Amino acid sequence: MSMQFGYVSPEQIMKDRADYARKGIARGRSVIVIQYAGGILFAAESPSPSLHKISEIYDRIAFAAVGKYNEFEILRQAGVRLADLRGYSYDRVDVSGRALANVYAQTLGTIFTQDPKPYEVELVVAEVGQTTDADQIYRITYDGSVWADSGFSVMGGAAEQVGQYVSEHFTKGASLEGSLRLAVDALGRDTDEPRQLATSSLEVAVLDRERPRRRFRRLTGPVLDSLLARGGSETSPQPDSEGSGD
Amino acid sequence: MVDVSRIGSLPAEFLTAGTSSFTEFLRQHSPELLPGNRVPAGADLGGLTPHATTLVATTFVGGVVMAGDRRATMGNMIAQRDIQKVFQADEYSAVGMAGAAGLGLELIRLFQLELEHYEKIEGTVLSLEGKANRLSHMIRGNLGMAMQGLAVVPLFAGYDLGTGSGRIFSYDVTGGRYEEHQFFSVGSGSVFARGALKKLYRDDLTADDAIAVTVQALYDAADDDSATGGPDLQRRIFPIVAVVDDAGYRQRDEQAVAQIVEEVVAGRDVRPDGPVAPLR
Repeated sequence: MSMQFGYVSPEQIMKDRADYARKGIARGRSVIVIQYAGGILFAAESPSPSLHKISEIYDRIAFAAVGKYNEFEILRQAGVRLADLRGYSYDRVDVSGRALANVYAQTLGTIFTQDPKPYEVELVVAEVGQTTDADQIYRITYDGSVWADSGFSVMGGAAEQVGQYVSEHFTKGASLEGSLRLAVDALGRDTDEPRQLATSSLEVAVLDRERPRRRFRRLTGPVLDSLLARGGSETSPQPDSEGSGD
Repeated sequence: MVDVSRIGSLPAEFLTAGTSSFTEFLRQHSPELLPGNRVPAGADLGGLTPHATTLVATTFVGGVVMAGDRRATMGNMIAQRDIQKVFQADEYSAVGMAGAAGLGLELIRLFQLELEHYEKIEGTVLSLEGKANRLSHMIRGNLGMAMQGLAVVPLFAGYDLGTGSGRIFSYDVTGGRYEEHQFFSVGSGSVFARGALKKLYRDDLTADDAIAVTVQALYDAADDDSATGGPDLQRRIFPIVAVVDDAGYRQRDEQAVAQIVEEVVAGRDVRPDGPVAPLR
């Protein structure tokens, strides 16, 4: 137990912890998770090609995180272990994103209230379903709160600004190219002056509804370039043009 | 004493940085789920589970084919006519098993998961040798069960991205791992199958040729070994055939295999002992 001089109200303690965690999370760049007609797209600006913010958890489930790398990496590995253990004990179809989101929420909640310092992370657990309506996107914050986002989810960095841009331009059932272009444009809107992001600094992956068994696939190199080029025409300011590609 | 406030959150073993092996994680967290950890020591278990029989594998130019018959036996009885013994291990490898079927199928499930788990945790795939060694380790862990009558003998084959060729690995029950060249077979009918493979193997086989070779070898195994199932034309049950090459693993669809099987069977109507190899 840490030594406490005088009385500090529980409200104050929680507020201090929340401020601390929030500051850490806002320090990095944003991650965008967005639904498209054929599945769920993940996009992030990442300085390293190998330290991933976006990863596969199980057949239909992927994980995205912002904040402190070592902390969300612990949670990611724990998620893979939990999912693999469930799938091995029962069956592959019995592994669900909702259960995983619950466990993450419980874990982060416990760490937030009991550990010396809260985790400076925010996570998304997304599960691709048979149809767009069956897709699930859960966002879990540093204190264990869970949000079931519909359509898209933005976290980390200037999440509010980036999220604003996405919500203005998001259309349900858009093409992969269109959604990718929107996500990349949105990632560049974290400053007042929009930035152009190089393909090499992007980390992009999809949960592709049509793939057999393991739906997760990273999009890199030439594949990513050509998708971005094809999505280029859809960045015009009218939001209506967004879904025309599918 | 359970810390009530931590119920529902992840136990410490999940959150500890450490192994990228699923088997080792199971050993720490849920040892009761490991194959073979649920039976009393000392009992003879040999007659309790069906016995899966013959597997053959042969390389061809740029890949490898693995095929297995569909029969499982219990003593003199046929336990199952359409058992599957050849499986995808990961994107570039196939694994099959002969021996105690119940345990073998569970070992294969664990092996598949072991490779996938490593891939997800580490973000990269194991080398072909690494995968072969991992399987060896798992078979060695089963030695106790093998001594109680539940021996499992796997066959592992994959495409080596480094050399651009197919490679075959065989195992003994102690986990000994041996790289085989050109072709190999395991299981009760393996002696007969290997004889056929010897005579039919060529250095310039194509994938389709290699499939025909494995189907011929399985036919010869079934011809002389009662525990190996021949092609069942009435029930349309054919060998499971897997091809692994630079495009990855794929199981040949039943139609394609059926066609090759029918050609082989038609050939046997004329010459029941199969094709003749040149004398010199």
